[in-house]
Amino acid sequence: WTQNLEFLQPEKNPTIPTYRVMDVHGNILDPKQEPKLEDSFLVDLYKAMVKLSVTEKILYESQRQGRISFYMTSFGEEATQFGSAAALSNKDLVYAQYRETGVLLWRGFTIENIIDQCYGNDNDVAKGKQMPLHYGSKALHFVTISSPLATQMPQAVGSAYALKRAKESQCVAVYFGEGAASEGDAHAAFNFAAVLQAPIIFFCRNNGYAISTPAYEQYSGDGIASKGVGYGIATIRVDGNDILAVYNATKAAREYSLSDSRPTLIEAMTYRVGHHSTSDDSSAYRTEEEVKHWQEQNNPIYRFRKYLDGKQLWDNALQKDYEKQIRSEVMGALKKGEKTKKPAWIEMFKDVYSKAPSSLEKQKKYLTQHIQKFAEHYPLNSFKE
Amino acid sequence: MTAWKSSLTLFLRYNNVSLLNCKKPHFSRRNAAHFTYHPDTNVPADGEKHKLNMYQAITNALDLALEKDPTAVVFGEDVGFGGVFRCTMGLQQKYGKDRVFNTPLCEQGIVGFGIGLAVSGATAISEIQFADYIFPAFDQLVNEAAKYRYRCGNEFNCGKLTVRAPCGAVGHGAHYHSQSPEAYFAHTPGLKIVMPRGPIKAKGLLLACIEDEDPCIFFEPKVLYRSAVDEVPIGHFTVPLGQADVVIPGSDVTVIGWGTQVHVLCEVAQMAKEQHNISCEVIDLMTILPWDSETIFKSVKKTGRVIISHEAPLTCGFGAELATTIQEECFLNLEAPITRVTGFDTPFPHIFEPFYIPTKWRCLEAVLDIVKF
Repeated sequence: WTQNLEFLQPEKNPTIPTYRVMDVHGNILDPKQEPKLEDSFLVDLYKAMVKLSVTEKILYESQRQGRISFYMTSFGEEATQFGSAAALSNKDLVYAQYRETGVLLWRGFTIENIIDQCYGNDNDVAKGKQMPLHYGSKALHFVTISSPLATQMPQAVGSAYALKRAKESQCVAVYFGEGAASEGDAHAAFNFAAVLQAPIIFFCRNNGYAISTPAYEQYSGDGIASKGVGYGIATIRVDGNDILAVYNATKAAREYSLSDSRPTLIEAMTYRVGHHSTSDDSSAYRTEEEVKHWQEQNNPIYRFRKYLDGKQLWDNALQKDYEKQIRSEVMGALKKGEKTKKPAWIEMFKDVYSKAPSSLEKQKKYLTQHIQKFAEHYPLNSFKE
Repeated sequence: MTAWKSSLTLFLRYNNVSLLNCKKPHFSRRNAAHFTYHPDTNVPADGEKHKLNMYQAITNALDLALEKDPTAVVFGEDVGFGGVFRCTMGLQQKYGKDRVFNTPLCEQGIVGFGIGLAVSGATAISEIQFADYIFPAFDQLVNEAAKYRYRCGNEFNCGKLTVRAPCGAVGHGAHYHSQSPEAYFAHTPGLKIVMPRGPIKAKGLLLACIEDEDPCIFFEPKVLYRSAVDEVPIGHFTVPLGQADVVIPGSDVTVIGWGTQVHVLCEVAQMAKEQHNISCEVIDLMTILPWDSETIFKSVKKTGRVIISHEAPLTCGFGAELATTIQEECFLNLEAPITRVTGFDTPFPHIFEPFYIPTKWRCLEAVLDIVKF
């Protein structure tokens, strides 16, 4: 009880601090916070970031040339993806939004897998049914991405609840942007996870923009992290361009989620250096200087590189060779992906249900007969028989 | 009448709707049931039978599902204490709080959570308290559940999800305790939509939905929870999805309905026979999507005349889909235009309910008209 008629003023609350392990020059701030990672592991992490970045530069250009229909880059957010992926067990179930290609790469998804999906060719597991970037892999415990924002969030909670009941020592990690966090499904997910005690890590990539909408038009509280506490969720804000900070936070969140069977929320502060997608020109709503600042002064790859330089684990020659190797791998996969035929059009009718109902069989038969009569008007040559 | 009154009491007791909180509801006499329950004689299983009403048959089905499948969980708003319609009575005590539990009050969360359980291989049986409140979960059902298997080439699926929701007219439910939203979902490839007409079918179809490999929405006509009583086999049995049931065979007119409306149509068939010597074949569609065209076409080819009746509004109701398809497939057999007797294109009204619903008198008029055409 109180006799003071006093509203809690959000502005008076201290801002939740941002956890950092290294500064923008790759210097460790508090040696106690430096994770004890093997040199080879550090190099693997760095190479993975470069691999994603080089691959995406080429894929972005391929879209400009009309070779693939659509792409979304992860520029500037490589540390959020690899730092968190490396701290998870590869068996933890991941639900993603769409800017988490790095998580898949870390788990063994190949450049060819990426390109086959973007082309929607016959090697794509989903047989070209979704737009580029909507990856998924059962073997890699990565639930297939869908376009509607935040729908994956309450689903991820359900999966975490099922894993808890099955007594699996797996947790679930669900990724989402700060824009998606405004959806009703985000509210549903936070609340369900806390009340039903689900072992889940909510990982928010707060990159400042949802397409053209700046974060200050998205929320007026202290970001996404301040919401966690209201739901009763253990919460931390981290520097999303500091891969070691992301790694430490995710590792601790995973341990907490599994030992306490409760949710955690990580808000990783970062910046979307690239355009929202290939359908967006971000110069229409933000300045070049702003982008340049993040690209050059606080770039997650450069920061990690400086850390590795300090340990003499990497140099420019290695960098050059590795970039060359990845470029040739991507170009090879592009050529191959392009040449591979699209799946047989009959695939369009598959997997609507576990077994096609007679009404759908009838529609399939109708299209088969129609195509026989009007074959020359359809792009049959690029599709398998 | 007694059953009806206690159904009202239940409704008053468990639903905190201010309009209904008066001690002596002024509408208690006005709403004599608009149908007479026609007991189910098509019993699909042998063994011990019990006289069960529909909510008891549903509890029985859930009990069997939980017993058989250790991954199965039942959840939704207020299901823990037994549910506002008593469908989950005793289940939490029997199976524990981790298997039968309340969720926060949030329909999009309930369905999203259920999808996630199913994706991880658990059997998810979720409840939406009234079908009228399923719309906040429309996105999760239409964009997510329905497309899960398709969009990933069967890498993942949520086939183990079943969503139960009480639906349909109840005498005094007005806009938000009366709706029949099946047609909204019938436009969505990937979902299965089912509605039983009584306890036996409720149990058999619900178990079929729970065990089916595709996400199912199971609409339960709430007016039947207490008023419908069958001799229900208490062991495990299923009623196949995608199959209609010929409830009363006939030769002059095919009348098609589902849920409570089947009982209205049974009475119409009886009146048509006794008073006008017209033989109606009454068909309960049971599964709305994917629906049993074979049984329907066979009947229409025999009778040449079709009446479709549902509580939901006329325009783009599921009757429209049936009528078009029947017209395409049975054109040469039709002796009269296909007739639809449905709710009107208005929100479901409170005091005007007796004038809104497709009553037996409106259906009988349609029968008399169609044989004269």
